[in-house]
Amino acid sequence: MKRFLTLIAATAALLLFSAADWRQFRGTDLTGVAADSRLPTQFDVKTGENVAWTTPLLGKGVSGPIVVRDRVFVTASSGPVTQNRLHVLAFDAKTGQQVWKRDFWATGRCYHHPTSANAAPTPASDGERIFAFFSSNDLVCLDLDGNLLWYRGLAHDYPKAGNDVGMSSSPVVVGKTVVVQIENQGDSFAAGIDTETGETRWRIDRPHAANWASPGMLRLKDGKELVLLTSGKGLTAHDPLTGEQKWSYDSGCSIIPSVTAANGRIYLPANGLTVLDAGEGSAPSLAWESNKVVPGNSSPVVDGDKVYTLRGSVLVCGNEKDGDVLWQERVKGTFWATPVIAGEHAYCVNQEGQCLVVQLGEKGQVVSTNELGEAVLGTPAVAGDALYIRGEKHLIKIAGANK
Amino acid sequence: MISRTWILAGGLLLIPCLLAARGADAELSSHLKTLRAVGPKGAGHRDAVAASQAASKADPSQLTTILAAMDGANPIATNWLRGVAEAVAQRATVSKALPIRNLESFLADTSHSPRGRRLAYELIAVSDETAESRLIPRLIDDPSLELRRDAVALALANAAAASGKDAQLAAYQKTFRSCRDHDQIKQAADKIKQLGGKVDLPLHYGFVTTWRILGPFDNVNDKGWDAAYPPEEKVDLKAKYPGQKGEIGWIEATTSDEVGNVDLNKVLDKHKGAIAYAYAEFVSDKAQEVDLRLGCINANKIWLNGELLTANHVYHANTSIDQYLARGKLNKGKNTILLKVAQNEQTEEWAQEWRFQLRVCDAIGTAVLSQDLPSAASASLPRTVR
Repeated sequence: MKRFLTLIAATAALLLFSAADWRQFRGTDLTGVAADSRLPTQFDVKTGENVAWTTPLLGKGVSGPIVVRDRVFVTASSGPVTQNRLHVLAFDAKTGQQVWKRDFWATGRCYHHPTSANAAPTPASDGERIFAFFSSNDLVCLDLDGNLLWYRGLAHDYPKAGNDVGMSSSPVVVGKTVVVQIENQGDSFAAGIDTETGETRWRIDRPHAANWASPGMLRLKDGKELVLLTSGKGLTAHDPLTGEQKWSYDSGCSIIPSVTAANGRIYLPANGLTVLDAGEGSAPSLAWESNKVVPGNSSPVVDGDKVYTLRGSVLVCGNEKDGDVLWQERVKGTFWATPVIAGEHAYCVNQEGQCLVVQLGEKGQVVSTNELGEAVLGTPAVAGDALYIRGEKHLIKIAGANK
Repeated sequence: MISRTWILAGGLLLIPCLLAARGADAELSSHLKTLRAVGPKGAGHRDAVAASQAASKADPSQLTTILAAMDGANPIATNWLRGVAEAVAQRATVSKALPIRNLESFLADTSHSPRGRRLAYELIAVSDETAESRLIPRLIDDPSLELRRDAVALALANAAAASGKDAQLAAYQKTFRSCRDHDQIKQAADKIKQLGGKVDLPLHYGFVTTWRILGPFDNVNDKGWDAAYPPEEKVDLKAKYPGQKGEIGWIEATTSDEVGNVDLNKVLDKHKGAIAYAYAEFVSDKAQEVDLRLGCINANKIWLNGELLTANHVYHANTSIDQYLARGKLNKGKNTILLKVAQNEQTEEWAQEWRFQLRVCDAIGTAVLSQDLPSAASASLPRTVR
């Protein structure tokens, strides 16, 4: 009976997810895949071909956009000396018109590399609230209409938390907890924050070393979810409500790409790519390792029976079962954004401001290189049949007519 | 006769309105008190979540009450209050009910918090295109850095537009004295130099430029970070100590760098896994609270008069002016500043720097200078700067 109720609850939770939402970094379920979406494969910001709208953005930001219901949410930061002014912006997904803007003063360290910004982490949402997180470790919770629900200054609480190169780990919502990973040489920790009150459910110490990876989420067969945290020391899994460590896997992970979980497996940026079979309540077991299907700065993307990584400027497609390389396709540029997959195509956006569309199948083939006209570092969002890209200066919606 | 009746009737009608207004004020006041009570680590959140939502429904005429609640509020509570104020202002902007006059009065009153006043200005500027030209120029020496910055930007633009080299130079020199943000300081300084004028950047910033340096002590495997080498117990400028590679003593070093950088690789030679101490004396004409602002790409500690103000155990993760802020109290007369600057053993090219820059200033970055500075320029400065 208990198992049945759990299953019902899990199903209900899934139904609550709007298919048209893209609620956090790499999508609502953190896989980077919008299987049912159909996007234009060719577009041109200059001529407006398949560009629904572009809207200017203030300040700086390398965070990705998220989409909840009919709104696109973006973070930005500005400031003359340090980027100590934080912005949360909401746009009408249909028109691109700004619906509201909220500003706050950063309470933590605002320094970062010139190519980054205080607005580096992608915001997250539970469908009712927006959780905007910044390199300064300010965590803002607003409702969809811009009303402030709560505000945490996590570096105000722990003043040595910060990395003056900039931090970029994105928050992840798991159930009623928003998880933040704040790893650096100073106060280094991960925390689970109550989505409703902003109170700390749990806080655990983390290695005292810089880490830009974001938390992951593993959904077990019974619908239970675990928070996945990676660092140079390895992978740990935690209860989202208590932070209790359920198991660990000792394999030093890369400190830029993030862990992906799908189909009962964990795709770990470690030793190239390490793929684990998730146990039900127990530690995972090694399925395979590959030094060819290797994520660079971008995180691995899993779609059906294939796993994709951007290794430098090569998109690698591996067999999800054993890691065999099925094909490789050169995609030029420097990539920070994780590719997103919509239908039969991967959209790879490089720092130089080009979106390369790759036809997926028996072989991969770049079918178009689309100029965006400005640098892009954040991972795009896919919602419905539209692609949302946060450029250095503009938010861009790519969609066919009437989308 | 008629007027008396009408006055009486009007008065009777006003009473419920006044009572309602007083009730609304009391209600808002209670919510604001709850929001101001928000503390670190989520303290006070449960009550504040409800108070924030209730206060966001306040009447636009109460905006300045919300802004006034920022006075003396902690940085977290200030952001809660900002969120409330912006929600109220958004409604007011749509209905064209922003209380512009009240906001302008609030802006003019420097007894209010700099952030509250800045937000007041931003709200005015949303609906009044003339706000910048009307209100900003008079704020060039404002205690709000954000307001001052806008005023300096206008003054710099006016200086560029002045006719004639002499007029430009005079305008830039005048504006330079009000600059507190680094980019504006640099912009004004560059222009003054281009026009044949002189600037003393270390003096403007308040950088300490003359130090006594001691090192290297051992920091292999970071073990020197927690080790209290002799200067942490007592500074004796004549003493000799066993260092990492032999006997060491204090060396005087004066930097001529425009932003006060002391390059320890030049003063002590290149050392890895090493600790250096830097010592300076600072004469204050009064007891006063100051900022000691450090830029340092190495792990560091700062002591003022023997009291440890800050410790930053971070190696090679970027640096900039004012990277670390430490608040301390100067005594009247002689004060001592001691730095510990730790270099690790990273081998990357970008991990070879071993340097620091430290300045003494007030909370908005106005230089506080040692009274024994052998500088002719300092003697001519106004008291607020000197």
